Amino acid sequence: MTEEQFRYLPDTAEDEKEMLAVIGVESMEDLFTDIPEAIRLKEELAIPAAVSESELLKQMKKLAEKNVSAGQMPIFMGAGTYDHYIPSVVDAVISRSEFYTAYTPYQAEASQGELQAIFEFQSMISELTGMEATNSSLYDGFASLSEAVGLAAAVTKRNEIVLSQAVHPNARAVVHAAAKGRGLDVIEVLMEKDVTNFNVTRCLTTPDTAAIVVQYPNFFGSVEDLAVVKKIAEDKGALLIVMANPLALGILEAPGKLGADIVVGDTQPFGLPMSFGGPHCGYFSVNQKHIRKVPGRIVGETVDADGERAFVLTLQSREQHIRREKATSYMSSNQALNALASAVCMAALGKQGVQEMAQLNVDKAAYFAQALQDKGFAIMNQAPFFNEFVIDLPFPAEAANQALLEAGIIGGYSLAETYNKPNQLLVCATEKRTKEEIDRFIAVLEGMSHA
Amino acid sequence: MRKTKNVIFELSRPGRVGYSLPKSDVPKTDFKAKLPEHLVRKEPAELPEISELQLMRHYTNLSQNNFGVENGFYPLGSCTMKYNPKINEVTARLDGFANIHPYQPVETVQGALQLMHELQEDLAAITGMDGVSLQPAAGAHGEWTGLMMVRAYHEKNGDLQRTKVFVPDSAHGTNPSSAHIAGFDVVSIPSTAEGLVDLEALRLAANDQTAALMLTNPNTLGLFERDIVQIAEIIHGAGGLLYYDGANLNAILSKTTPGTMGFDIVHLNLHKTFSTPHGGGGPGAGPVGVKAYLKEFLPIPRVEKTEAGYVLNSDHPASIGPVKGYYGNFGVLVRAYTYIRTMGPVGLRKVSESAVLHANYLLKLLENDFNTPYPVICKHEFVLSGNRQKKGGVRTLDMAKRLLDYGYYAPTVYFPLIVEEALMIEPTETESKETLDDFAHALIAIAREAAESPETVTGAPHQTSVRRLDEVRAARVIKVKY
Amino acid sequence: MADHKNFHYTKEHEWVEKLTEDTVRIGITEHAAEQLGDIVFVDFVADLDAELAKGDEAVTVESVKSVSEVYAPVSGTVIKQNEALADAPETVNAEAFAGGWMYEMRLSDASELDELLNYDEYEAFVAEEEA
Repeated sequence: MTEEQFRYLPDTAEDEKEMLAVIGVESMEDLFTDIPEAIRLKEELAIPAAVSESELLKQMKKLAEKNVSAGQMPIFMGAGTYDHYIPSVVDAVISRSEFYTAYTPYQAEASQGELQAIFEFQSMISELTGMEATNSSLYDGFASLSEAVGLAAAVTKRNEIVLSQAVHPNARAVVHAAAKGRGLDVIEVLMEKDVTNFNVTRCLTTPDTAAIVVQYPNFFGSVEDLAVVKKIAEDKGALLIVMANPLALGILEAPGKLGADIVVGDTQPFGLPMSFGGPHCGYFSVNQKHIRKVPGRIVGETVDADGERAFVLTLQSREQHIRREKATSYMSSNQALNALASAVCMAALGKQGVQEMAQLNVDKAAYFAQALQDKGFAIMNQAPFFNEFVIDLPFPAEAANQALLEAGIIGGYSLAETYNKPNQLLVCATEKRTKEEIDRFIAVLEGMSHA
Repeated sequence: MRKTKNVIFELSRPGRVGYSLPKSDVPKTDFKAKLPEHLVRKEPAELPEISELQLMRHYTNLSQNNFGVENGFYPLGSCTMKYNPKINEVTARLDGFANIHPYQPVETVQGALQLMHELQEDLAAITGMDGVSLQPAAGAHGEWTGLMMVRAYHEKNGDLQRTKVFVPDSAHGTNPSSAHIAGFDVVSIPSTAEGLVDLEALRLAANDQTAALMLTNPNTLGLFERDIVQIAEIIHGAGGLLYYDGANLNAILSKTTPGTMGFDIVHLNLHKTFSTPHGGGGPGAGPVGVKAYLKEFLPIPRVEKTEAGYVLNSDHPASIGPVKGYYGNFGVLVRAYTYIRTMGPVGLRKVSESAVLHANYLLKLLENDFNTPYPVICKHEFVLSGNRQKKGGVRTLDMAKRLLDYGYYAPTVYFPLIVEEALMIEPTETESKETLDDFAHALIAIAREAAESPETVTGAPHQTSVRRLDEVRAARVIKVKY
Repeated sequence: MADHKNFHYTKEHEWVEKLTEDTVRIGITEHAAEQLGDIVFVDFVADLDAELAKGDEAVTVESVKSVSEVYAPVSGTVIKQNEALADAPETVNAEAFAGGWMYEMRLSDASELDELLNYDEYEAFVAEEEA
């Protein structure tokens, strides 16, 4: 193998010669004369030289080993990204090259597999959220939320958003950034301990409010009463946007049944590795009345020329490639492969598994919280919580995380920076955390208390 | 291709399971008793109840009704459907990369941060930029991010009147829509008969209301904007910024860089140029690069190298803020990084040389049977017009569908908008000469069919798992769930 | 059935049928419907009772591959909308000049009708555009 041969570049010297001859030029250089001399690079790119396959694998493994993974230490961190059971069928399906190397299914006749899989994904999410229509996915839960805010503003023709501070801080930041581009005002609502302060929400919601936004369960794991928020929104003609953890919907009432107008979130808990924060998979659910304003792509059912059931990307005229500056959104990619992974996971878990998994999460977190309280630690949450809650520590959360790391445990999320509560630690216990791991966590905290 | 009979819900039988969860080692909590009654789920979600074999058979059959790059040639213009290397799939799945949480203590993710930092440097070198953010999730997201930085730059200079973004009439739809969503007015700049930006029109339009010009180079016709230096002068002279849409970067790797051409901001499509898979429509990644004077506006948090190791730094007050949850599509970044290490500087240069060679070769093979609106040396892609065939009643859409019968994915059709009955073809560098020859033969055969037996073409496709679809019905009677 | 040759027309391919002294009915021409292709949705952007100035956006017409705005050819108030189009948008393709009508207006300035094209002028305009 000479330095100039690459396994992804099939052209031999012979091939090159033949093609240049057909084109009618002497050399490769003649194909680049349209690039002015003044802007031509004079040297090779300043990047590291090529590495052979086995050497590269070795290097990448070494790099990966510089990280501590959930496979090596139990992790008690949630805050929007979770360590859950991923059935082995997920990877088996998404590793099929017919799925992962395919383009967006615009040529429907050659993409029925992808289209049907996404249609099924849409159906499953609609079932969980209790809504009539779900799109084919967006970048992540946060992007979905910012799109929901945009849709609410467009539909109500109002430009104020009431946003609970119990919504994920990263989501709120993305909403603020997107609102700036769209000329919207975002007003944040403070919390009453672990839940949104509904009295303040009532005051802040006016006839200028396009939507009220809450998270379910909220960032601290607590379950907010959507019925109360719905009433507040309805009274002023505003929409209710709910950002929901789809796994929690295995045990919590569907937001659609409680009057949500738009339900968004991330399907990462279903079948997607944490992957240092991405790629994950945003979902976006509405009812029929708003379906033509939904961003991104959506798969619809139809028939072919022989009358057979088939699937196709529909309502494309809203999309950027046709509407251009009048598009409802600028998004082109979605997260198709991840939506497929989540669909496979939801299909594997099924009706029963989703409920069982949700219950396990509740059980682990409840045991964890109770055991902490038994040892004299305070839990901030007053409302019922799903798989996350906040420990009110007598010392800085950062210090706790340090001690936990030294004991071989990845701790929780400190509320120091985003909520100005340096002694509060947001922890998560999924179905993967064992009693033994939880007991060990508590033992470390106990050790610190007595120090 | 085979017909799949059932939608997955139709395979369901109550009591069947496809999962395995651990038994609980803690007491059961009566959650329903803790919640207000109306917040308790009454009706479980009707998700399928199927066995593992049923699940695998269902999805395997679906996959066989799907066309990926490894099934056959994908000549989609503007998409760069190159081969997706397998080593990338291995590295992205390494436990140390896949099973890490974004909020873990930084000392436990030094490998991830190192990868990101090195990738930032690689992309900066490849694009001739001074700073890079890996946060945006896709090309359009990168565009929006870039435009928000344009906005921040002008706001800082007090140029609030700069509300107009110029976009050539040949541009991809995400350009004007991103500009609009970022709060700008879009002004369309006409192309000359040669398919390039009309310099005179640009000169006339550029003034103190100009925020930026968004350009891809080579443009969507596959033609290099020769006057790019003058274009840069016009825009900079008017006080605007020059934005590079990186969709067509595959044509110029190592030949020139956007930075050298005079661009101020760049976005890249890792799922195009850098071999990460399209996934049926995502996930991708759309990093942005900027020149030094725009670095302050880059999104936060930023991956930085310090004496003490790699850190995530959000202490950048002029930043436009985070544009995505966490730090970007890390799983996609691992794949792009692996690709760049595999190719190195010589490899990337050969990528562009090969891509451009293949496009010009294919154009030559087809120029007698199709109208070629721009019969010049192109870069990595070219546009044909189906106007000749339209006279006989066969449209570009029909020919695209007929290609499916020959075992090829169709090229991009009806884009760019400035060419009638457009057929845009981008072969990429990973295809062999034989594939190019076979494809040309197929397309020429279809042109012949269009003349001799048009119904074969207008009735296509005949051999796919479904025949041509009733898209009108799908848009009138909207059924988007089971 | 009124003869559409007696209607007024605009260069944006809208037709205007005079119903009474101060009310008109508005739709898009057969030519426009053909250009759009199979219409899948008609969105009444301007609500009932909305006051529109000549040139304001009144309706959005969606086909599978494109979306088009329909503008108010004259100024006035929207007094009626063709609700049948909600279930049968294809009527616009089938009967652009009759059953495919979109909305009715009460004129605020009847003299604006004189500024519109007549049938022959519209046909000539279309012929020129196609050339």
